[in-house]
Amino acid sequence: MSLQTPLARVRGLGSAKSGTDHWVGQRLTAIVLLPLSLWFLYFATTLVGADYGAIRAAVAQPWSAALLATFVVVVLYHAQLGLQVVIEDYVHVRWAELSLLIAVKFIALLGSVAVLLAVARIALGA
Amino acid sequence: MSTSSPPGSNRPLSPFMIGPYYRPQLTSVLSITHRITGVFLCLGALTLVVGCIALASGPASWAAFSECLGGPLGMLLVAGSVLALWFHFFNGIRHLFWDVGSGLSLPSSYRSGYLVLVGAALAAAANLWLIYGRA
Repeated sequence: MSLQTPLARVRGLGSAKSGTDHWVGQRLTAIVLLPLSLWFLYFATTLVGADYGAIRAAVAQPWSAALLATFVVVVLYHAQLGLQVVIEDYVHVRWAELSLLIAVKFIALLGSVAVLLAVARIALGA
Repeated sequence: MSTSSPPGSNRPLSPFMIGPYYRPQLTSVLSITHRITGVFLCLGALTLVVGCIALASGPASWAAFSECLGGPLGMLLVAGSVLALWFHFFNGIRHLFWDVGSGLSLPSSYRSGYLVLVGAALAAAANLWLIYGRA
């Protein structure tokens, strides 16, 4: 038996569970990704068929390195926000939902760190 | 995909948009396609992560990575990601206009829906030609 009043137990448990930060974050990353995606498609398409040294040299250019790293990090953040909604909408088994939500966030974080390290290594010529 | 009602409730739930309950409409089909392309693009994003790691790891890992991308499954992933990205790009712009309250009327959302399909098809075709067509 709980010593809380019924009001205290339901406070903050509205259907939204949180404020508008998720919604705003998804839109802001979407806006940022419009120019970044165009740049990335241009960058990647021009490198089709190039050899290893040429691709590595292209990625090592300061602006390319910065844009590529930013693109991947923002993409993974946007993807994680989107997958979260998809999982919340369609996975109705609570433990599976929670596990997937945590896994998605962890993979997005791991991917971001890995790409930052990889691009830094290429850009710094190590 | 519809959820069950809360216990002890007889209130009807609106049925899931995909299934026998509704006729497929441009608006609902594009809506679910936005989600499907979004989920598919996660595979593309992971491939990009692996590609960056392979590029940093050295010529041998990069050769293995590009060989995978050149194989049938890799080409399906690349071509599918290009197509999905252009659709998600144009339909995302459509959603951003809706988010500021613009173009929400039925005729307007149908017009923008067809525009998205045409734009995505043209852009993806041109992009895929640039990737695979020049040989």
